[in-house]
Amino acid sequence: MATGDLVPTHFPARRAAQVALHHLNTRHGSPFRVFGLQQVHKATAEDVGTGGRKYSLDFSVTDYGSSGSVLRCSADVLFPRTEKHSPPEVQLHCEGLQQISSSPEEEAFYQKHISPDSAVSAHDIPDSYGNISQDMKPFWHLARVAASFIMLRESSENTEYNMAQVANVSQQETSEKQLMLKYHVLLHDFVSQEIIHWKLLSSWSPDGGVRVLETEWQPKCPHATKPPSAN
Amino acid sequence: MRLYLTVFALLVAVHCEELFNVDQVLRIQAESENYTEVLKELEKNVDWGLDFWTHGFSTERPVDFRVPNTSLCAVKDFLRENNITFTVMINNVQELLDKERAEMVSNAEIKHKTKSFNFAAYNNLETIYSFMDTLVASHPNLISKVKIGSTYENRPMYVLKFSTGGEKRPAIWIDAGIHAREWVSHASAVWIADRIATDFKENRAPVPSILSKMDIFLMIVANPDGYVFSHISSRPFHRLWRKSRCVTSNPNCPGVDLNRNWDAEFSGPGGSDDPCREDYRGPSAQSEIEVKNIADFITSHGNFKSFMTLHSYSQLLMYPYAYSGTNAPDQPELHDVATQANKALYSWHSTIYKVGSIFHTIEQASGASVDWAYQRGIKYSFAFELRDTGKYGFLLPADQIVSTARETWLALKYIMQYVCDR
Repeated sequence: MATGDLVPTHFPARRAAQVALHHLNTRHGSPFRVFGLQQVHKATAEDVGTGGRKYSLDFSVTDYGSSGSVLRCSADVLFPRTEKHSPPEVQLHCEGLQQISSSPEEEAFYQKHISPDSAVSAHDIPDSYGNISQDMKPFWHLARVAASFIMLRESSENTEYNMAQVANVSQQETSEKQLMLKYHVLLHDFVSQEIIHWKLLSSWSPDGGVRVLETEWQPKCPHATKPPSAN
Repeated sequence: MRLYLTVFALLVAVHCEELFNVDQVLRIQAESENYTEVLKELEKNVDWGLDFWTHGFSTERPVDFRVPNTSLCAVKDFLRENNITFTVMINNVQELLDKERAEMVSNAEIKHKTKSFNFAAYNNLETIYSFMDTLVASHPNLISKVKIGSTYENRPMYVLKFSTGGEKRPAIWIDAGIHAREWVSHASAVWIADRIATDFKENRAPVPSILSKMDIFLMIVANPDGYVFSHISSRPFHRLWRKSRCVTSNPNCPGVDLNRNWDAEFSGPGGSDDPCREDYRGPSAQSEIEVKNIADFITSHGNFKSFMTLHSYSQLLMYPYAYSGTNAPDQPELHDVATQANKALYSWHSTIYKVGSIFHTIEQASGASVDWAYQRGIKYSFAFELRDTGKYGFLLPADQIVSTARETWLALKYIMQYVCDR
């Protein structure tokens, strides 16, 4: 594997940037804020003493949750080289991130769905034709953010994850002042081209951000016994 | 003279034996001054109701006139009596009018069908195949539909051939949909097919000049079985299907990744031997009928100069190799062409695509179609990964189809023009 300067358009840099992106979404994602990778500007890689590999990146992300704004970020991504898979470690800084705070949209969304009458339930987001209703978009964004916890945890230098679809979402009753959502999400690994199913339970509030409480891998084929990252 | 004609006409009408129930158009070649005199008299005769299609009589040109059915017998007898030779130009005017009208209606319907085809939607196989027929019918002198074989489940595999003639002219190959779930690739190819036809018809550069020297072969659905399967339901199991639909050694896991089955470093790293994997390469190179059909067609044609394949997603414009990180011999030129094509693409909507070899931009892949084409001497081989970069992924909203097709078309045009110039 290349060491030193990396070509920003080649996959090693892009995969590392995608990992940094997942980290960014877990920390700052919300129903109205989800980041996507725009492009990598510069990247370097080096082996580190503990047997891992560290990438240093300069890249831009787009918030497609609502604002469409572009942020410039820098990150260090460390992929440990351990016998059993362990999650990468990310240090990240994006310009203008501190200024982002809870928006009126988020408050309104929260108030609407924290009410006991709210019992959201839906499937196939987007549908086969790429359609998502306006009502469902925040739930789609939340799924992407929650899925980022899993994608971050499962990532290695040999994976490149996106969320392909939300198979279903159902709101859970709770006494907490949190929106409680059960999701079945489909991840797409661009390297193996596999579709990987995960069930997860997540919570969100404007103050608390997104948290993931439970995750459960779903086997695709009857005979499969373990998730791809464990290979 | 007139009295003579009138009397004669009456006489002839009484004795006429032939019966006509259709109007005819007769032609007379005026061979002498005498003819001209007779014709002038005919013209003056209102009773016969002759309708002259040529005006002004001379010995230089033939004279055509329509004769109502009621006068046909009499007029023919009159001409024979006067030793005037005539030929029947149209022996059934009504039939011709009916045929013409039917053609007009049919043309209007075809025009309506192509106009009413929804390019901004994801259409199923049946609709796409019917669109192909409509396109061929609207442009019969330019486009033909070639069947290159059948799929595993016995569906026809069609290629649209755009040609202005010649005998196996140097050709360009474009395919889409080798992976079933990449719906925007089929949808873009449909739009592009229509666009090539329209640009040719409206004489919009560079299409007419490209087609004056080269043929274009466009395969909109390279994996029909997979495409049909992806439409069965909205369940991810169907919609997100990638491979073909053949039976494999594992009864639980059908399908081969058709873009790992080509005879190009088949069985190297970058493909799987497990039928249950999405990148399962199949039991042997070209074992899959869909791949064999395309490979055989291109090989036996023998004169392809460019091979381009459309996929989604990731926004990448790539060239060989997929199987190895070593630079292909033509790498500098291919990189240049791809870079310029990318600029053209970007100019439509500022969509950012990245350029590079398949190995370096995506990953190592063996048995890929682009490597196969390149190794067969088809130098200008490119692979596209269309929109987007993961936000919607395979489930790209239909309202982005036309924009995606347009920007892709700009890149394709650049490459085709480049290839044509050489």
